[in-house]
Amino acid sequence: MKEEKKTTPPLAKLARELAPSGIRRFFDIAASMQDVISLGVGEPDFVTPWAVREAAIYSLERGQTTYTSNYGLIELRKLISEHLQERYSVNYRPDDEILVTVGVSEGMDLAMRTILDPGDEVLVPEPCYVSYKPCVTLAGGIAVGIATSAENDFCVSASQLQAASTSKTKAILLGFPSNPTGATMPRAALEEIVKLAVASNWFIISDEIYDRLSYDEMHNCVSSIPGAFERTILLNGFSKAYAMTGWRLGYVCAPEAILTPMMRIHSYTMLCAPITSQKGAIEALRSCESAVQDMISQYNRRRKFIVAGLNKIGLQCHLPKGAFYAFPSIASTGLTCEEFAERLLFEEHVAVVPGTAFGMGGENHIRCSYATSLEKIETALIRMGRFVERLSGKSLVEQSR
Amino acid sequence: MVNYRVMPNEKPDEILSILAADARTTPERIADLTGSPVDVVVAAIIDYEKRGVIKRYKTIIDWEKTGQERMFAFIDVKVQPARDVGFDNVAKRIYRFPEVQSVWLVSGGSDLRVVVHGGNIRELGRFVAEKLATIDGVIATDTHFLLRRYKEDNDIFVDLEDDERLVVTP
Repeated sequence: MKEEKKTTPPLAKLARELAPSGIRRFFDIAASMQDVISLGVGEPDFVTPWAVREAAIYSLERGQTTYTSNYGLIELRKLISEHLQERYSVNYRPDDEILVTVGVSEGMDLAMRTILDPGDEVLVPEPCYVSYKPCVTLAGGIAVGIATSAENDFCVSASQLQAASTSKTKAILLGFPSNPTGATMPRAALEEIVKLAVASNWFIISDEIYDRLSYDEMHNCVSSIPGAFERTILLNGFSKAYAMTGWRLGYVCAPEAILTPMMRIHSYTMLCAPITSQKGAIEALRSCESAVQDMISQYNRRRKFIVAGLNKIGLQCHLPKGAFYAFPSIASTGLTCEEFAERLLFEEHVAVVPGTAFGMGGENHIRCSYATSLEKIETALIRMGRFVERLSGKSLVEQSR
Repeated sequence: MVNYRVMPNEKPDEILSILAADARTTPERIADLTGSPVDVVVAAIIDYEKRGVIKRYKTIIDWEKTGQERMFAFIDVKVQPARDVGFDNVAKRIYRFPEVQSVWLVSGGSDLRVVVHGGNIRELGRFVAEKLATIDGVIATDTHFLLRRYKEDNDIFVDLEDDERLVVTP
């Protein structure tokens, strides 16, 4: 009798071809090492404010463990609506223009699935968050990267977007303040981009998860730019401002005509965001403003400290205006950013992420997260200084002579 | 209604808030943290010291960990206020004792709240019975001995958990 060969059907082409994140490799190496100081962490080092944790515990004690409305708890949606009105003077109706999601990640996925037909193109300024382009691909779209550069403070211009557009362009994806560069967009540049989007009839997807971490000036909410509202899908959440990454809670705001189909997809694929996280988020919006201010103020000090330190050791770094990342150039060392990150990890036990993990424009840069204690940042800078000095073959004292 | 200050991020006095958290922070470090020139920071600190805004620099010590026995007591004191001076005279007589660490005038069931430290319970008991309770104008005392310090002046005195975040995340 002939032995049957055991096989399984092929997996989907999209899944087979999905590349692993460039961050993964560094995580695996760093996780196996002792004494590593990590500037590679993309989440706050603060714990969620106690008031939020306490509210969630209380809700569990009361047995609030059910599904919620697909849209999310109306109480939370009302608070989100007030929050956006208060900060940015944008008016989203709690009833049908706000959807509570499982993090911005789900919101991004929903946005792409809602607006894209196969072959539609989305313009994605890079370097950018690692999941932007895969989200476009998974929805059947084509992500068209546009490299930004340090010379332009990693901002994107309307003319760059126009140059990269084709007849298939359907949307632009903005993520400012930016992970990994810390860049923010000036209002005037955003106005030009919105004008272009209106003239070309594109959607705008704006991931504003780092909005509260804008240090030098008030964040510009894309929906508040004249003309943007009707075509903008605004994504935000609680992870960064309230140190709630593990709660997985975000929200999408869009005009009803866009949000309703998004909600339908969400209702079939996610049903609703976890009720405990929603209860926590209600408390966050109600009572945690001073905790947010304290965290912002500490990030702001670390920002200035790490940027001054990086420049002192010879890694040129502009002062980023938002998020909690410094994105220095390592061009002066003569190494590629992957070589730099790998050698720094092995030789000095400091983890950073090479800029190329975030796409075009990331070459010759590394992402250093300052969402870690000042003491650790200081030790990391000492180790990095030693490393850079060894690379240059002479001491900084000699260089300055 | 959510309450926001429209422009976030800048506290009115960064230098003071940095020093309040760690008095040993050097002017150079403060300059790096605030983005101000060192000489501006130094001048500001001297000015704060001259004006008495900064009274002095202290160290927070967890005495329990030194193995030395140090007892603390919180004493609520009821006082008969005197004409013209109110509670001030009694408060003055109390705060002059070196054992007394703090004295506050408070609202509620008692008038003064006093923090006293001593080598052991016996010493503290004697101080209350012989020194504090016998002051003219003191009507009654209610003594609470400190059993365990969990948090004081924003410092948590129990061991905190380690950073459990993944080493590298997007």
